[in-house]
Amino acid sequence: MLRMLKERLEAGASAEEEVSALFSKINKSRLNAYNVLSEEAALERAREYDRSPWGGLLAGVPIAIKSSISTKGIETNCSSRILTGYIPPYDATVIERLKEEGAIIIGKTNMDEFAMGTSTETSCFGPTKNPWDADRVPGGSSGGSAAAVAAGEAPCALGSDTGGSIRCPASFCGIVGLKPTYGLVSRYGLVSYANSLEQIGPLTLSVEDAALVLDVIAGHDPRDSTSARSEGGYFARIEGGVDGLTLGVPQEYFGEGVDPLVEKAVWDAISKLEGLGASWKKVSLPHTRYALAAYYIIAMSEASSNLARFDGLRYGLRLGADQDWHTTFSDIRAAGFGPEVKRRILLGTYALSAGYYGRYYLKALKVRTLIKQDFERALSAGGADLLVTPTMPFPAFRIGERIEDPLSLYMADVFTVPINLAGVPAISVPCGFADGLPIGLQIIGRHFDEAAVLRAAKAYEGATPYHEAVPKEVV
Amino acid sequence: MAEKDVIIGLEVHVQLNKLNSKLFCGCSTDYHDSPPNTHTCPVCLGLPGTLPVVNKRAVEYAIRVALALNCAIQGETLFYRKNYYYPDLPKAFQITQYDFPLGLGGSILIKGEDGEERRIRITRVHMEEDPGRLVHAGTIDRAKYSMVDYNRCGMALLEVVTEPDLRSPKEARSFLDKLRNILEYLDVFDGNLEGAMRIDSNISLVGGERAEVKNISSHKGVEKALAYEITRQRSARRRGVAQVQETRHYDELRGITVTIRTKEEAHDYRYFPEPDLVPMRIADWVPRVEAKLPELPDAKRERFVAEYGIADDHAKSLTSEIRVANFYEVVAERAPPRLAAAWIADVLKGELNYRDVTIERFSPDQMVVILDLIEGGKITEKGAVEVIRTILDGPGETTEADPAAIVATKGLSRVEDDAVMAAVRAAVEESSQAVADYRAGNEKAINFIVGVVMKKTRGRADPGEANRLVREALEGAGRA
Amino acid sequence: MITGEDVDHISWLASIKVSEVEREGFVASFNSVLDYFHQLDELDTEDVEPTYRVVDLTNVFREDVVGESLSSEEALSNAPRTENGYFKSPRIV
Repeated sequence: MLRMLKERLEAGASAEEEVSALFSKINKSRLNAYNVLSEEAALERAREYDRSPWGGLLAGVPIAIKSSISTKGIETNCSSRILTGYIPPYDATVIERLKEEGAIIIGKTNMDEFAMGTSTETSCFGPTKNPWDADRVPGGSSGGSAAAVAAGEAPCALGSDTGGSIRCPASFCGIVGLKPTYGLVSRYGLVSYANSLEQIGPLTLSVEDAALVLDVIAGHDPRDSTSARSEGGYFARIEGGVDGLTLGVPQEYFGEGVDPLVEKAVWDAISKLEGLGASWKKVSLPHTRYALAAYYIIAMSEASSNLARFDGLRYGLRLGADQDWHTTFSDIRAAGFGPEVKRRILLGTYALSAGYYGRYYLKALKVRTLIKQDFERALSAGGADLLVTPTMPFPAFRIGERIEDPLSLYMADVFTVPINLAGVPAISVPCGFADGLPIGLQIIGRHFDEAAVLRAAKAYEGATPYHEAVPKEVV
Repeated sequence: MAEKDVIIGLEVHVQLNKLNSKLFCGCSTDYHDSPPNTHTCPVCLGLPGTLPVVNKRAVEYAIRVALALNCAIQGETLFYRKNYYYPDLPKAFQITQYDFPLGLGGSILIKGEDGEERRIRITRVHMEEDPGRLVHAGTIDRAKYSMVDYNRCGMALLEVVTEPDLRSPKEARSFLDKLRNILEYLDVFDGNLEGAMRIDSNISLVGGERAEVKNISSHKGVEKALAYEITRQRSARRRGVAQVQETRHYDELRGITVTIRTKEEAHDYRYFPEPDLVPMRIADWVPRVEAKLPELPDAKRERFVAEYGIADDHAKSLTSEIRVANFYEVVAERAPPRLAAAWIADVLKGELNYRDVTIERFSPDQMVVILDLIEGGKITEKGAVEVIRTILDGPGETTEADPAAIVATKGLSRVEDDAVMAAVRAAVEESSQAVADYRAGNEKAINFIVGVVMKKTRGRADPGEANRLVREALEGAGRA
Repeated sequence: MITGEDVDHISWLASIKVSEVEREGFVASFNSVLDYFHQLDELDTEDVEPTYRVVDLTNVFREDVVGESLSSEEALSNAPRTENGYFKSPRIV
């Protein structure tokens, strides 16, 4: 937990020793959680800290960063061959904020290529393994960040969540992952997959840690036109419990397709919260079954445009001799993107192309309205204060189990994508195990009501032991 | 000559180059004399993860232009992505406007081929970002590779789209001249900067498919490229070859257009609203911008006629460039307005054009002094023209030259003129032998007479001028 | 139904060369994914406004102030091919 680490550092423990201990773990690990390490620079910064410690919310705290978040001077490759070797000349806003608060960046974590996946198997560096069972996926797309934190290879990490990419791996790896309200955290520097859906957020070992990191990264950024003002102070407001809160339990998130052990764990969690003073009621989010299709149409369409810039001219992969520009670019993109990325770019291109815009993209945006309204109704005054659901319908699956069938892979996101469509905040916290594999509880709040989400998660975490369990892959 | 079967529409890209910074980032717009790729940042280079933020003043300028072109301003306006690949476009999409452009349905007046005023309709005015600049190793269709400079990339552009209302290359040019004039009046644009205005044109013959000619960067170029296209399309029609819908590139050096794309490969731009930007509600801004709108060329021209009592032709000429109009107004405060109008419009502008220089080379003070000399009868018109030329051809800061001093040193005053003429008449009268020799065919005899003139004027006459006057006197006398 | 020709056209638009083998796989997976997407057709959205963005923000601007630019070295630092301060592009035609 960051609180303990910070206390150790404040009491005079050596940051260099903390950092080098992490690297010796990372270097021995077989999880493949990182694809770029910044060992020299991190150790140097730790030594600087030891010489003259600075202040800040994360003073001297090491942190791992998803490979889709731009870091000045550190390769930012999105786990894609096309961006291998790309070193941004600028820092993402969240990185600037982390640095201002004294954090030390230790490396970039493995992910699904361009965040397109639910398992971290589409990385050009090979899959990351789940610390609870190395034959299984860590979830995705921020699988490297989740595995690193779960296995003690980083005390905390940043990920990004377009359709569940923070919450899914948090759930599969038994840690905490928060997707903030759309607009709360600046996206400046996050390599875009689907701009209108994604947010950067923390992956941590505890809810308190998530609140602390959120305090650092949230807030208005003049470089992001979609950035909102934040009230901040999440860490300070984390105690307070759930007494008097009404929890909504959406009926569409239970039943067919959901692993019975997952269902049971979530119902147990609801009982636990009830025991802590909350009341619950069933609610309905009637358009849930359309969320996946709407989500994938929007995400693929936006992605087809966002990923068009990768052509090897200004950065990234360039092949042998150039031909005419169209042939050259087409060959580079054919060689530089993996099959799932190609599939999504091509489908997105199709969905936006002449004659199909109305049928796909516009239609999906209208369905998005219906889904957003579902959440507004369920979370309206007099309705529920928070919604609780399973994060994932099942625990971590085996590496290779779903990757060949895109549709079955997409189905895994059924409970996470509606949250991105609605733009509301949601957290995944550990709520039990199914055959030794972690299960995640998803707590969803109103727009910009991270405070309530974190408070409930903290109350639940305080009353349960699941976050303290240690995976067996830890070296 | 107006050609009844020619249909021309223009898409004019205007750089709002009087802004300090680019449309979506803080890079300076002052790149024209800089090495390549020195005015870029992660945003305008389209580096992964970067996001655009709209320059507020660019929107104000755009509203100003749209109002001046008599467009209706859309209360809510949006940016879209126009997706296409080209090496000068670093994001592989251009942020531009599509549905909900800033301005719709305007018009401007131009002088048509027949001399009558013609109203050219403007379909729309919208904002977009400028792509980078490609430098070809040779010509576009033969180069082995190209080089890209993104200094220009991200400059705020306005695209002004006309209806197909133009009927000749000359009309196209006069539309562009008028547009440039309006933009300079609005103080949003400096047409002297390289690449400030770039034109794509659609041209067809009645009944034929149209060609889009891209990449024309000067008003003269438009006239030439369109004339070339008309000839090409006519001759193709004569040979029975049908014009296909296609995109052609104007090669300024060779003065021809070359095909670069046919309809089979037509683009599908996959427009969709830019998710990284939010809508702009600008209805409230319009009255404020409108109130600050400066007087525009047509209004100024009418006012000049009414206020200064000058001819409409002079008013039109004076107002066709904001700097000339301002110059005139300063002079007209201190000199007879009609005389000033004639001298500035008919003489000074001609001398400036001849030298391809701007009116900054001449000062209103100089003009006032010259007009004063003319009005006081102290200088002939010819002498006044000479003073203007001398100033413009002078070294250094030409606006510091003193017209009175030029009159003195060059002996241009009407009094001195008369003295020289008197000396010439006397010299001819006194030199009867030399006159007879000259008439007998001895050319050199004239030198003697000129010598007498120089003696009589104590050397103040210009020998060449004296020579000319003596010849004139002798020939006049011969004819008599 | 998506055909091989459709895939070729999309691949041209997206500027991604698709091999013969990939093409067949894409035809199959595109059809199954699009088929899944078509369940949205069940919903009548005639009177529903699209949601382009979930935050209700308008008029976000920056002032017209010059900021920092990159040096030419920084701008070109990731470029695979450069010449005399330019990015080097494949030939146009």
